[in-house]
Amino acid sequence: MYRRTVMQLAAAAVALAAGAGMALAQDTIRLGAAAPQTGPLAGGATVTHWPAVRLWVHQTNEAGGLQVGDRRMTIELVEYDDQTNPQQAIQAAQRLATQDQVDFMVAPYSTGMNLAAAPIFAQLGYPMITGTAVTDQQPALAQQFPNMFFVLGRTSVMAEDTANVLVGMRDRGEIGNRVALVNVADAFGIEMAGISRGVLESNGFEIVYESSYPLGTQDLAPVIDGAKAAHPDAFIAWSYPGDTFALTDQAIVQNFAPQVFFTAVATAFPGYAARFGDQIEGVMGMGGVNADDPAFQAFAQAHMEFAGQAPDYWASAATYATLEILGQAIEATGSIDRATVLAYLQDRSHEYETILGPVNFNENNDNERYWTVGQWQDGVFRGVAARGRDGAVAAELFDGWN
Amino acid sequence: MSGTDWRNLAISAALLGLAALLPVYGSPYWLTMGTTMAMFVVLATSWALFSGPTHYISLATAAFFGIGTFVTGLGFQSLPFWVLPPLAAIIGAGLAALVGLVTLRLSGVYFVIFTLGLAEMVRQVVTWVQNQTGHRGMYVLTSITEREIYWMLVGLGALVFLAGWLIGRSRLGFALRIIGNDETVAKHAGIDTALAKVALFMVPGAVAAATGAILAPRYIYIEPATAFAPLLSFQVVIMALLGGTGRLWGPIAGVIPFSLLWEAITRQAPNQTLLLLGIAFLVIVYLLPGGFVGLWDRLRRRFGGHS
Repeated sequence: MYRRTVMQLAAAAVALAAGAGMALAQDTIRLGAAAPQTGPLAGGATVTHWPAVRLWVHQTNEAGGLQVGDRRMTIELVEYDDQTNPQQAIQAAQRLATQDQVDFMVAPYSTGMNLAAAPIFAQLGYPMITGTAVTDQQPALAQQFPNMFFVLGRTSVMAEDTANVLVGMRDRGEIGNRVALVNVADAFGIEMAGISRGVLESNGFEIVYESSYPLGTQDLAPVIDGAKAAHPDAFIAWSYPGDTFALTDQAIVQNFAPQVFFTAVATAFPGYAARFGDQIEGVMGMGGVNADDPAFQAFAQAHMEFAGQAPDYWASAATYATLEILGQAIEATGSIDRATVLAYLQDRSHEYETILGPVNFNENNDNERYWTVGQWQDGVFRGVAARGRDGAVAAELFDGWN
Repeated sequence: MSGTDWRNLAISAALLGLAALLPVYGSPYWLTMGTTMAMFVVLATSWALFSGPTHYISLATAAFFGIGTFVTGLGFQSLPFWVLPPLAAIIGAGLAALVGLVTLRLSGVYFVIFTLGLAEMVRQVVTWVQNQTGHRGMYVLTSITEREIYWMLVGLGALVFLAGWLIGRSRLGFALRIIGNDETVAKHAGIDTALAKVALFMVPGAVAAATGAILAPRYIYIEPATAFAPLLSFQVVIMALLGGTGRLWGPIAGVIPFSLLWEAITRQAPNQTLLLLGIAFLVIVYLLPGGFVGLWDRLRRRFGGHS
């Protein structure tokens, strides 16, 4: 039994070595991707990450590939599951780079996996353009990992903008100043709640209810119960996908309908609209896109046709944009030499045309133009607040779970 | 020390040297693999030091490991890094003593359930504290390289083996073997069984916490959900049992093939890794009750080797 296993292992190892040895006569660019296909974040990755990555590869190859100097090169995608485990994310990045010898790598999914894999990308000189890492540590990270770029934006800005949307509505006399603020008790929720509380309090808002719940809590009835009893004008929840759905569910059950209803991550998911239908008209959430931009609409339609599901209205487009940026840098340099492409990306004067609109990076490798808050309006999740992007629509009052 | 001892010492020293030089002769890929394997060797060997002789299955590895990562996360900016693994070890040992005093009077299955719950409990406590203090996500940005992490793990591994060897020759080790065979007999022989078990339970607690402290710079972003992931506890148990807990080198014999197999499966059939974990459990229970160590001993007996 044992010997047979060893023999099979050895055979597998030989086969792998042979496969890696056939250094492909370069008409293809090998692109490696490791992200969750199992584990706690698999649900989010299959909505946001994988379809966007595969769609870009598909579309690029349909168009004949990338123009690299005088050659056209198609893309070959090598995929691994990182099991939502930082240990595996590190190993997968290392395996892609040194065993599969891919030319470039897609950044992983989620802040945690991106940061775990960052040292491998940096050591081996791979550009790392992240579409799903949200953090406030860009300056420190960019210093440590000069090959790491951030497309999705800053957490603190998103928390500030959410509060600012409320301030704007209050100043226009649309809502009062009573806010219920809840958060998932995890680094993300705690941080976001802290920032938004600061902005709200300094603008004269009254936090009439404040609560948190552990990650993975199934029953959120007490939270909605408590919030409802405080009669707030606005409800803000810094929530993760599971609790975003559960909070919305409970709010409908208890008919808790303040004038602003905000849940954070996954509010922009197509699954959210599929689950609650037109009841969510007026619900606000984190992220957003310019839904009227033809570039985004074309992307959404292609996504639908290719993957059989709509993209989310936030990070799907950012993930796709990371590959557009990489592709444009490769074409502009006419090279698949990583150092050359990285040097091009690090030159701040370059700008990239993406479905998010034009993107460039500042001295912290940070994209300063992104969407921060969105709202479901007429079945579409439209951006209502953004930094440096046009097309934001006015925030509307939430008029109940009709 | 006898001649056999000297021979074993020489072999151990040579193997240790071989392991320590991996960053010199190995590719970056093997360094990454080696770091993961070194982590599991340290965790599984220290786990077997306690669970091997006493037959108590502990699923608390993730709890101690997570505490270690948080010690580094909280302390790396104010303290020199070399202080952190020993500090984590002290905290881990303290918690293990506390937990041991409460639970090691329980018999087998209650102990298993309690240790499984422990990781979840510690995670919730950490989260609660973060929530109360408005604490933010932790970024462990250091200049520590993978190579240095690997060497620290190899050094820790050498300490674990030394400790295991010393315990095996000590009165404590002898007492634990008696407890494992028959606790009633041990009590009647005048052994303070509770004290002996608690004392030894502190070893894996301290080692797992130190391992977590060493690995925190590798993960960079520390959050409770990944630091206390329960999968780690199960992986350690399976690797240790696959190798066998009867001898000090047993867990290594489990960690290396299991890690290679896990890597091969991850490459070939990414969605089947959990299936592998289940099959490994069945294989151990039905085909390899003593792990590879047991198999080795049986083969030696059958083919007339002297032991």
